[in-house]
Amino acid sequence: MKIVVCVKYVPDATGDRGFNDDGTTDRESVDSLLSELDEYAIEQALKIVESGVEAEITYLTVGPDDAKDALRKALAMGGDNAIHVNDDDIAGTDALGTSLILAKAIERAGFDLVICGMASTDASMGVVPAMLAERLGVPQVTYLDEVTVEGTTVKGGGTVKGRREGDVATELIEAALPAVVSVTDRTGEARYPSFKGIMAAKKKNVEALDLDDLGIESDQVGLSAAWSIVDTATKRPPRAKGEVVEDEGEGGVQLAGFLAAKKFI
Amino acid sequence: MTVDRLLPTRDAEDLLDLTRTVADRELAPVAARHERAESYPEGLFGVLGEVGLLGLPYPEEDGGGGQPYEVYLQVLEELAARWAAVAVATSVHTLACFPVATYGSPAQRERWLPRMLEGRLIGGYSLSEPHAGSDAAAIICKARPVADGYRINGTKAWITHGGKADFYALFARTGEGSRGISCFLAPGAAEGLAFGRPEEKMGLNAVPTTSAFWDGAVLEQDRLIGAEGQGLAIALSALDSGRLGIAACATGLAQAALDAAVEYANERTAFGRRIVDHQGLGFLLADMAAAVDSARATYLDAARRRDLGRPYSRQASVAKLIATDAAMKVTTDAVQVFGGCGYTREFPVERYMREAKVMQIFEGTNQIQRMVIARQFAR
Repeated sequence: MKIVVCVKYVPDATGDRGFNDDGTTDRESVDSLLSELDEYAIEQALKIVESGVEAEITYLTVGPDDAKDALRKALAMGGDNAIHVNDDDIAGTDALGTSLILAKAIERAGFDLVICGMASTDASMGVVPAMLAERLGVPQVTYLDEVTVEGTTVKGGGTVKGRREGDVATELIEAALPAVVSVTDRTGEARYPSFKGIMAAKKKNVEALDLDDLGIESDQVGLSAAWSIVDTATKRPPRAKGEVVEDEGEGGVQLAGFLAAKKFI
Repeated sequence: MTVDRLLPTRDAEDLLDLTRTVADRELAPVAARHERAESYPEGLFGVLGEVGLLGLPYPEEDGGGGQPYEVYLQVLEELAARWAAVAVATSVHTLACFPVATYGSPAQRERWLPRMLEGRLIGGYSLSEPHAGSDAAAIICKARPVADGYRINGTKAWITHGGKADFYALFARTGEGSRGISCFLAPGAAEGLAFGRPEEKMGLNAVPTTSAFWDGAVLEQDRLIGAEGQGLAIALSALDSGRLGIAACATGLAQAALDAAVEYANERTAFGRRIVDHQGLGFLLADMAAAVDSARATYLDAARRRDLGRPYSRQASVAKLIATDAAMKVTTDAVQVFGGCGYTREFPVERYMREAKVMQIFEGTNQIQRMVIARQFAR
């Protein structure tokens, strides 16, 4: 079978992230990396293969030149090859446009199972897996804490099964393949790439595609076609100085008063 | 602070990035806790093996990383900067693979080497005895030929990873004199093999150091590495490599102490300004930095000679001497920078100072290193 794992190259969440004047992500002033939440998707794809399912794993990303780093990191963890969709006209594309590009690339590559992280660590919308499933016309099984694949044959078929933990219930869900799933950060620690994996990844094929290759017109994507844009952004204010209680014999009372005012006691 | 390194290849840069990531996540957060509790980090060497850090200087076709010493030692240095005991045990493991990798028959290499270099089997090194440390030729532990192998009797000492390792590079007597020592790949568990209680050490407490008591255990014939009587030659040829490993560990430890001292000197204020701005303290930090840089420079010089196949015995001894003396000085001065706080266990530098001392002692005391260096001058 064929597994496509969608990964995103995002600004480092520990860096000082910001926006350009047009509301798009500022990629210059902060280092970027493979979205941590996508590492769980990669790990689950590798686990499915290690469980005995015969599958080819392809990583797919949409992003600028440097997004290749995210694909190399994924390939260093394991898997077979990657697709990098890169086009100047893509800058500023929202989730809806991204799902269009991903869906076209996935259809072109062929797939039995698409695995996504539960959301990106930058925009954290978490809607792309559902949009993808709609565009591909296949079932979606999202926010899984556990995922397995059963009954696949060389001709395809088989099912994907998963467990979704909710506040009030745990759902056991399954869908016939082909399907799209998204997995949470509770699926289990993602592995480190090994040194041998890093060296092997350099020899794995990364196919470069642009909008033309996917039959997408430039006015279907980009900032001008986006349904959701960043209108304004305000930097998180620096932490205000806390209230200092000088203990002149009444410290305990003042402390209790403070906590009571905040409804802690 | 990330050390600015000159590395020979892009692969090496990626390897150092990987090492820092793994060391920051798996070593740094738990090192102090394990050292204080004297508890072994179960599973940690498995992770280091999976990532590929336990067979770096050996050929890829044997399961190793195919890296030059110049690169392998810088990996050790990064490990040591987070957790000296783990770096030392990694150096010892790498050394324990040396006899099989270098003197083993094709069958022995095929049988054991991949699992050793991939870290699925962890190794210890067993040359020293209670009365034979620096004087390795004085060992008395016996290996007597029997029907299907060798029967081992005697006591070995100062074994890093003792009782925890899966195999030991064991040196024992099959005859008299310096040509009467043989090298064996001994299993970690055997009938007639027992380990002593872990030594109560000044530092490096998370990885045990023990004695081993051999009471008639039989090693199969194919556990003899090299020819009978070749043991001392094998041990001596491994010595220089081992010394470089310790030089790298000492450099990493000194770097960690310097980093901690610099951090503190930028935070702590006295007489209305940060203590880093007081010239007296600035000079102390400058001397520490010079010691760290010279330590790194000497071990890299020796490593590059080794990688080129040039003689490097003298340079290895210089590196071991310079780097471990630097570690002792820098960690002691780091405690000084921290003042009273440095003397408490709340801060890491007192541990660094305790860990540095043994580095002047093991893998050939620094007096032995001076003997090796001086020997070159006798005409």
